[in-house]
Amino acid sequence: MDMFVALADPTRRNILELLATSGELSATAIYEHFPVSPQAVSQHLKVLREAHLVEMEKRAQKHVYRLNPQTLSQFEAWVQQMKQRSEERFAALDTVLEREKKKKGE
Amino acid sequence: MPAHTTHILAEPGKQEIVITREFDAPRDLVFKAITDPELLPQWWGPRYLSTEVDKMDVRPGGQWRFINRDAEGNAYSFHGVYHEVLAPERIIDTFEFEGLPETGHVTLETMKLEALPGGRTGLIVQSVFQSVADRDGMLQSGMEEGVNDTYNRLAELLKKM
Repeated sequence: MDMFVALADPTRRNILELLATSGELSATAIYEHFPVSPQAVSQHLKVLREAHLVEMEKRAQKHVYRLNPQTLSQFEAWVQQMKQRSEERFAALDTVLEREKKKKGE
Repeated sequence: MPAHTTHILAEPGKQEIVITREFDAPRDLVFKAITDPELLPQWWGPRYLSTEVDKMDVRPGGQWRFINRDAEGNAYSFHGVYHEVLAPERIIDTFEFEGLPETGHVTLETMKLEALPGGRTGLIVQSVFQSVADRDGMLQSGMEEGVNDTYNRLAELLKKM
């Protein structure tokens, strides 16, 4: 499962936000936060797990979930890199435009 | 000259990227910098690469092909076709990187120039990819950088989404 496809669903993003603020939560605790059935939330958790966005650990009878920061920082890195590339290019365009403006002024 | 912020909109799971930026120059001039083969190489590529214009026939149906070269002589070429050229407000073209393992991964690029008060110009570049995988694959290389696991940054990131 692709990370970006997994992130496209609002419920799944809510789950990630919940985990970001709580640190770790049991599956049961996550179910309680959503009006949809535990089965539906469980499916979302499965998608998030397959996209490596969350990690699951079995403790006694509980399934405990936490974020996998490694994957999410990839998305951040991707957006940052995109931004940096554009900024470099546009800074150069600024210089070209300044030079052209001066030429026109002369 | 104040530095303007570049805004990137790349929503997870979508096939597009929208980049916006303001420039302290009138629209005619920005349009010229985008369409003039003499001026384009001065800003188009990354800083560490030179840009050579192989073809640049700025009119509907006209072809373009630009080559980026590094100091070691490696070349990265891009080409496409201008679909619409409406001076000074809009250019629509196709974009393909020639370095991919297979051909046919084409992006549709729409550049809009908006005249702003005070002789400034807003540039909006929308790139629509054929698939989410194409969009995300474009920058996959070079993404394997250090991992930071601070939940604060993560929360900030999620807010932006």
